[in-house]
Amino acid sequence: MIQLEQVTKTYPKASRPSLDNVSVSIDKGEFVFFIGPSGSGKSTIVKMLLHEVVPNKGRVVVNGKDVTSMRSWKRPHFRRSIGCVFQDFRLLPNRTAYENVAFALEVIGKTKAVARRVVPEVLELVGLGGKEHRYPHELSGGEQQRVAVARAFVNRPLILLADEPTGNLDPDTSIEIMRLLDRINRTGTTVVMVTHDSNIVNQMRRRVIEIESGRIVRDQARGVYG
Amino acid sequence: MRMKYVMSEVLVGLWRNVTMTIAMIITMAVSLTMLGASGLIYTKVADMKQLYFENIEVSIFLDAEVTDEQRSALATQLESDPLVSQVTYVNKDEAFQRFQEMFRDSPDLLSAVKADQLPESYRLKLVNPEEYKTISDQYTSVEGVDQVVDQSQVLDKIFNLFTAGQNIALVAAVAMAIAALLLVANTIQVAAYSKRREVAVMKLVGASNWFIQAPFVLEAVVAGLIGSILGLGALIALKIFLFDGALSALQGLFAPVSWGEVFLTFPVMAGVGGLISAVTAWVTLRFYLRV
Repeated sequence: MIQLEQVTKTYPKASRPSLDNVSVSIDKGEFVFFIGPSGSGKSTIVKMLLHEVVPNKGRVVVNGKDVTSMRSWKRPHFRRSIGCVFQDFRLLPNRTAYENVAFALEVIGKTKAVARRVVPEVLELVGLGGKEHRYPHELSGGEQQRVAVARAFVNRPLILLADEPTGNLDPDTSIEIMRLLDRINRTGTTVVMVTHDSNIVNQMRRRVIEIESGRIVRDQARGVYG
Repeated sequence: MRMKYVMSEVLVGLWRNVTMTIAMIITMAVSLTMLGASGLIYTKVADMKQLYFENIEVSIFLDAEVTDEQRSALATQLESDPLVSQVTYVNKDEAFQRFQEMFRDSPDLLSAVKADQLPESYRLKLVNPEEYKTISDQYTSVEGVDQVVDQSQVLDKIFNLFTAGQNIALVAAVAMAIAALLLVANTIQVAAYSKRREVAVMKLVGASNWFIQAPFVLEAVVAGLIGSILGLGALIALKIFLFDGALSALQGLFAPVSWGEVFLTFPVMAGVGGLISAVTAWVTLRFYLRV
């Protein structure tokens, strides 16, 4: 599902590479944590999977597509198979929960009728049934992140990328979000999550890949934060 | 639904920054009016050149003491000249008649000139009126010729005036176009900034590039089109109040500006206005949104 083959990325003006000869293979349906200190290169991996950053050396293959050589005009279509959740939610403040999710569908060409059928379903799935018409500022942080997860998942992506999704949430809420991601993972969606949160990693007991200074220092099935 | 979405985004975009939109439309309108005006002047000058050149004559005035041999030699030479299409001889009496007709409103002048004071002349029509110079060089030195006078030289001065006017209008059009261009770029930047969250989400979920760009580009194009409509209005006003109004006394001098010609400038103005706006907006987005 996701392959990084001897990937090296050095940003212009950087003294050392952000990723140094990294090879990782992630299968369909896996749940993977990337952990490591700030600046270790975790975010660079996320950006590569989204084709926001292209490696200097090596190959990145996502969903069977070689991202390394992908032309930028193909990027929009490629992104439709990847859902994204971020620490800062990235919701549109002037749209309700329903509208935020529907927006993601409509801008990729789905009709309003499709949105009417699919959006309530996915909001129900993330546990926001009955709060469809609240605006982001009327929702708690955890609820806002649920909207973001609903938006990422509404298009039934093959991969869900979560970049520190619990970074802004308290421990209890974080655990609820993790339950949600776990449920999404059980539908067959590959989940890749970047995190600092040792509690969560330790509780979930999933594959852990630890990165330090651009190198993989640990890759452990059913790992802990360490 | 997508078309409806795009159109409503365009309207919201134009309204969100309405002072900038108005500034953009006004500069665009002035620029396009100048462009249209210079186009009209250009076609008019071409029309008038044709009109005048058809009737243009080169006159070869003869010396007062010209001999009969010199006169007939010149006539043969002119008649065999490939540059000359028609030759008419005007003797002193005919010249005097023409003179009397021309100045019949100035009796003082008429009484001051006697019939034998006016020179005889050959009036030539040229195959190509612009080859006047060759004719002049060729015949000024011929025996018995006093001087060679070309009407087109006088006309050229008038045409130069028109061409200068046209150039001024073009320069003004370009200057205003640059201002309009910068305003479009600025408006698009502001619009892109105020929609940065939407754009970020659209890029994230994989909206196609054209779909992200379309509202911005169309916003600029709509402003350009409104500008060209105002430009057409300005040209119509110019025709009504300037050509048909204040300058109507000079109608014999100018080739008339028809409504058809005024309206024909519209597709040009709309095309140029729309295209420049679209390209500017698109380029701005490439730099600003990197989509």
